[in-house]
Amino acid sequence: MSLVRIESVEKHFGDNHVLRGVSTEVAKGDIVALVGRSGSGKSTLLRCVNGLETIGSGRIVVDGVDVHAPSTDLALLRQRVGMVFQSFNLFPHLSASANVTLAPVLTKKITRDEAPALARQMLERVGLGQKLDAMPSQLSGGQQQRVAIARALAMSPQLMLFDEATSALDPELVGEVLRVMEDLAREGMTMMVVTHEMAFARRVASEVLFMNQGRIWERGTPERMFGAPQTPEFQQFVQSVV
Amino acid sequence: MRSLSIADLWLILGAIRWTVALALTALVIGSVIALGIAVARTSRHAWLRVVARIYVELVQGTPLLGVLFLLYFGVPMLMGIQIDAFTAATIAFSLSAGAFLGEIWRGSVESVSKGQWEAAACVGLRRWHVMRHVVWPQAARVALAPTVSYLVQLIKNTSLAALVGLVELTRSGQIVAGSTLAHLPVFCGVALCYFAICYPLARLALSLEGRMHVARAH
Amino acid sequence: MAYQFQFEALAPYTGQLIEGMAHTLAYAASSIVLGMAIGVVGALVLIYGSKPLRGATRVYVEFFRNTPALVQLFLIYFGLPNLGLRLDAPVAGVISLALYCGAYMVEVFRSGLLSVPNGLSEAGAALGLRRRQVLVHVLFVPALRNVFPSLASQMVLTLIGTSLISQIGVEDIFHAGSFIDSRTFRSFEVYLVICAMYFVAVQALRIVLGFVQRRLFPKEF
Repeated sequence: MSLVRIESVEKHFGDNHVLRGVSTEVAKGDIVALVGRSGSGKSTLLRCVNGLETIGSGRIVVDGVDVHAPSTDLALLRQRVGMVFQSFNLFPHLSASANVTLAPVLTKKITRDEAPALARQMLERVGLGQKLDAMPSQLSGGQQQRVAIARALAMSPQLMLFDEATSALDPELVGEVLRVMEDLAREGMTMMVVTHEMAFARRVASEVLFMNQGRIWERGTPERMFGAPQTPEFQQFVQSVV
Repeated sequence: MRSLSIADLWLILGAIRWTVALALTALVIGSVIALGIAVARTSRHAWLRVVARIYVELVQGTPLLGVLFLLYFGVPMLMGIQIDAFTAATIAFSLSAGAFLGEIWRGSVESVSKGQWEAAACVGLRRWHVMRHVVWPQAARVALAPTVSYLVQLIKNTSLAALVGLVELTRSGQIVAGSTLAHLPVFCGVALCYFAICYPLARLALSLEGRMHVARAH
Repeated sequence: MAYQFQFEALAPYTGQLIEGMAHTLAYAASSIVLGMAIGVVGALVLIYGSKPLRGATRVYVEFFRNTPALVQLFLIYFGLPNLGLRLDAPVAGVISLALYCGAYMVEVFRSGLLSVPNGLSEAGAALGLRRRQVLVHVLFVPALRNVFPSLASQMVLTLIGTSLISQIGVEDIFHAGSFIDSRTFRSFEVYLVICAMYFVAVQALRIVLGFVQRRLFPKEF
């Protein structure tokens, strides 16, 4: 049973036909890497999966729920789907632990008393057990992104979406975030990752989707994709990022 | 008590000329003061900056009504000279305008980026020339929208002159309402008159601000 | 040119002046709190409300910002009785001032909420929080931080604007002042003292607000 089913999704931004009939399935435990140039639609597709963007036509079903049906309770669905953003989006007025435990407490997954323990557990998992009370402004970019990952994980999601999680980081900070993502993958989390980090995709992904002009242009295992790129567009893309 | 008549309408509409006269006079005199304040606040001489700062703080920290009453009731009592309502109101509003506009204009001058100063200075222009040809023209453009905005405030301020007996728009409303007891329609009418003057100005200020941002984006 | 200042003449009335100022401060505080409440509600309506509600709020804001507070005061105190609604002077004064303050507060809070980067509300939504929860727990504090200076200056303006309510007979400091004036004929000294008391009150308010700002929004924020 697939966790995510994307069926013939179309989307326009005004005149821009940004998604032109995208279909794919993600099974539990899959690590799907979405790669492509900017404007290819990969981030938009990801944001359609948890309903941050609407779709024109087609269907996206996550864990049995039709994301874009009018009757769907999006907030409830999003409690099972975690998202990590390019610009971290930590809540600036809350400490790292408060950032992590805000949603679990408010959505009644845990009680106020259980919050400190959860914060410690999650932050230690991403290597920031020392930074429980730090404010976001006191953390480096890499640390902030790891807190953002801990924040998403605190909701015990079944699916994690990473929208260019390392693109806004200084090069020397990228590694620490990728390591956390890799650990997560090894633990069996289902992940959809929009990324420019080809080495990461090669090492960690179970499937690579190359998006171009709003379509899935080429797809396959990392070995096949990077070992023997079929389409000229993907060949060009691989060469340009290496 | 009598009922509302056309004569009342003419009285109220006629009183608008005093509102406008007050506002314009205060604007002109206030602008002169404001220019002085803006220059003083951005001057190299510390004492000028302090004096101007004290003036602005005093005006912005006291009620306009208090200053008005001080001039209209207080000065005659103290000095034995008579001040008529129009004069007292004009002085009070001018002093107020001088402070508020002075701050707005000072802010505009300071908002002209440091880079401009440095570029002009590097070309060898003396401070006075830098001010006159580089900074003030740009500052003037920035200042236009908030100045128009303040004009709206000034027009609303003129209503206080009613409280010292000047028959401008608000007072004329009080007079008519007093004899007809039709307070609601009269003051609604008065409010609408102010609105008709202020709202277009407020929109103008908004559009000026919008155009400013477009220009700056280039 | 030596004018005879006679501040001593005011001495016996010190108690009344202080009491009058206390009343003024109380009325100002009430109007500010009420005005802020109106501002928050209005801002939420303008951002999230239905079209007719947004339109009504816009009309309210534009009317109260483009007409003098004095006329609004007269409308509420003298005009409403024509409709059968007769309010006590203090009540009318506070309501009128609150509506005036509220119209500006709507803009303050609206721009505050809009100034928070989109990413924050998206992150909140992505975590499964409902809109109300995002508003209260994610957006409110950053929004407040952004507009605190405007909020503070609007509070000062409202405090100063309270001076008008004496004109409908409310017993504030101006009312006390005109009483003392009629007894001592030292008009200049009276109104000078009143202005001075307002000035002190404004400075005190600024200091308190500065303190609040530093406590609520420390540097590490």
